[in-house]
Amino acid sequence: MTTIAQKAPDVISDPGRMQAVRRSVAGRHRTERWFRRICFGITAFAVLLLVLFLAAILYNGIGTLSQHFLTAPPGPDPSQAGFYPAIWGTVWLLVLVAVFTLPLGIATAIFLEEFRPRRQLLRRALAFVQANITNLAGVPSVVYGIVGLTAFVSMFQLFGSPNSPAFEMGIQYYDQFYNQAGVVMLVPVNRPDAPYTDPEQGMTAMTPEGEGLKVHVIDADAPWPEDETLSARTLRENDMAGRIDRRQWYYFRIPFGRGVLAGALTLMLVILPIVIISAQESLRAVPDSLREAALGLGATRWQVVRRVTLPSALPGIMTGAILAISRAIGEAAPLLMIAGIVFISNPPGHLMDDFTAMPLQIFNWAQRPQASFHEIAASGIIVLLAVLLTFNAAAVLIRQKFQKPLS
Amino acid sequence: MKTMAKIKMTLLALAVAAAFAAVWAAPAGAQSSALSGKVVVDGSSTVYPVTEAAAAAFRDDFPNVNVTVAISGTGGGFKRFVRGDTDISDASRPIKAKEFKAAAQNGVRFIELPVAMDGLSVVVNPKNDWADELSIQDLQAIYLEDGTARKWSDLDPAWPDEPIKVYSPGTDSGTFDYFREVVLPEGKSFRPDMSTSEDDNVLVTGVSGDRYAIGYFGAAYYYENKTKLTAVPVVNPKTGKAVLPEPENVINGDYFPLSRPLFIYVNFNSLRRPEVREFVNFYLAHDDRFATEVGYVAVPDEIGSRAESFLKQRLTGTTYMTPEMEKREGGLNAIYKKENLLDTK
Repeated sequence: MTTIAQKAPDVISDPGRMQAVRRSVAGRHRTERWFRRICFGITAFAVLLLVLFLAAILYNGIGTLSQHFLTAPPGPDPSQAGFYPAIWGTVWLLVLVAVFTLPLGIATAIFLEEFRPRRQLLRRALAFVQANITNLAGVPSVVYGIVGLTAFVSMFQLFGSPNSPAFEMGIQYYDQFYNQAGVVMLVPVNRPDAPYTDPEQGMTAMTPEGEGLKVHVIDADAPWPEDETLSARTLRENDMAGRIDRRQWYYFRIPFGRGVLAGALTLMLVILPIVIISAQESLRAVPDSLREAALGLGATRWQVVRRVTLPSALPGIMTGAILAISRAIGEAAPLLMIAGIVFISNPPGHLMDDFTAMPLQIFNWAQRPQASFHEIAASGIIVLLAVLLTFNAAAVLIRQKFQKPLS
Repeated sequence: MKTMAKIKMTLLALAVAAAFAAVWAAPAGAQSSALSGKVVVDGSSTVYPVTEAAAAAFRDDFPNVNVTVAISGTGGGFKRFVRGDTDISDASRPIKAKEFKAAAQNGVRFIELPVAMDGLSVVVNPKNDWADELSIQDLQAIYLEDGTARKWSDLDPAWPDEPIKVYSPGTDSGTFDYFREVVLPEGKSFRPDMSTSEDDNVLVTGVSGDRYAIGYFGAAYYYENKTKLTAVPVVNPKTGKAVLPEPENVINGDYFPLSRPLFIYVNFNSLRRPEVREFVNFYLAHDDRFATEVGYVAVPDEIGSRAESFLKQRLTGTTYMTPEMEKREGGLNAIYKKENLLDTK
């Protein structure tokens, strides 16, 4: 500031104008100082809010955070309730969303940026697609929830309903008998709508562990056998079977139903536009000179993409994708449409399994009247943040591994 | 340099895997029964805590039976239940004629079982030292769109000349429906300028922070927040006595008309499955404990034993509708009887 004022006499000789200039320079510098202070103040305010928020969450939730909380299923007693199914529901979602979104989003971005068609008509069509993607990024996520419900859960009701699917694999149906002594006997059946098995003298059934046994049938009002081994394979003639099923880890059906796959695909819809747009931005940031040099050496477009553009753009693409997936994991609204708030004791066992996710479980607890449920909701938020940070850290490391200098 | 980075990467991956593995090692439940299968429950958020308590306790005895309890609201739950999609429907009100007809159409028969009682509590700020009782007419004056009470002094000239700040649960909740049914005359609507929230904790905060506020919600929220809120005794129109929503008043019917029974509806066909049968038996055998555990009031013993006999004898249908499809009015004790049953057959 003083240097400018000292230099000024060389240029301006009139002392009156000199003073005016000095004043205006000082004025502009004052404005700049104020602007800087305001920006700093706003930043400090934002950071302070974040710190306050985190501190409040930690203060409320750290006390109830324990090994038990991480490994136990939820329950009616807040001191015993755990987060286990929700944690694993979220991990399933996280992995599935990444698996579906990354290839789809990055491939779309590459096509839109690197393989632009030359023909006018196709260019117009592409511009239309581009406009749609840009607009879709701003659609409220609950709308995607409704889309996911019709598209994935029931598949527009074209293929039966989730209760009677058009296609199923990895499932075995059983008729389950539960006799007076509390022993379970299973009889395999072929179809879900097969007629129920009636107890028959000498029919073979199996124990839940898979051992075969000969069923002993007695009259409805006959005395119960005292012999323990006989009692374990005895049914009354009027005992009714109930149909159950066992599903393998690769169980698959169409339509998907309210399973974890439908949830992940819905979250994919939410973040796909964001992933595409950010990937496009990073591809655009790769200097054209690189592409031209490669093309000049006789590389094909695909070679240019594989060897030049994609590697240089990858760090940026990953950053966008990480942020988008992090957002997906925190989303509650679309999942609320797909899974609803549920009490569930087990993590998903296959792609079609019922699930709950961390935001849903937190939402569930925060609604309860008891203050101790609000505390474990805070603990849940800490776990959610921890999983997010772990995921982000891993992704940042992968990104750095791929990072190459741009020259 | 590069190897260093690789080692770091591997270490990190290992650490993450170890963390997940630690979480993965779930506690193995006591394998007391090999019974397996699935019980699907959906419905009211008010009944949810009771059913959740039942499901969690049931898990200890039958670890292989998966009980999932969802919250779609009473109406949403019935929508799925009458299609046969769920085994049990949580309901904070009896089934409606429309739902009953849909069930009949789909051949769904059900057993109606009251599992707990709830008293809708009318609450004010603890600094409110004037409102020592309110009648149903007072509540109408406050909550009706064309009600006469906009200031506390409109109800009683001795009360403060300040506007009443009105809070209410959201329009999707069964609590809102029930309050409208028993307090508002037919065809009248709520005042549009009240503050509503689907989250009752927001209402608690609202009323506890405003001296001139009034609100209502399920008794559990009042029992949990007795230091922050004061319940107003509501005048029972039959006896003329002002009554608080304390458990004994809810049970013996003194807290009228704001106490309500909470139900589960069990699909008759699902009872064929031993896992559903065991769960419902278990639920009814311990519903007193589950209800009080989560801040509700247990059903009176007499009603409890009636429910048990309904289940035992497989008495299907609802007691809340006349054969002309009209809703029966009155207390649980007078309505929940074998001779009132109307089946979907």
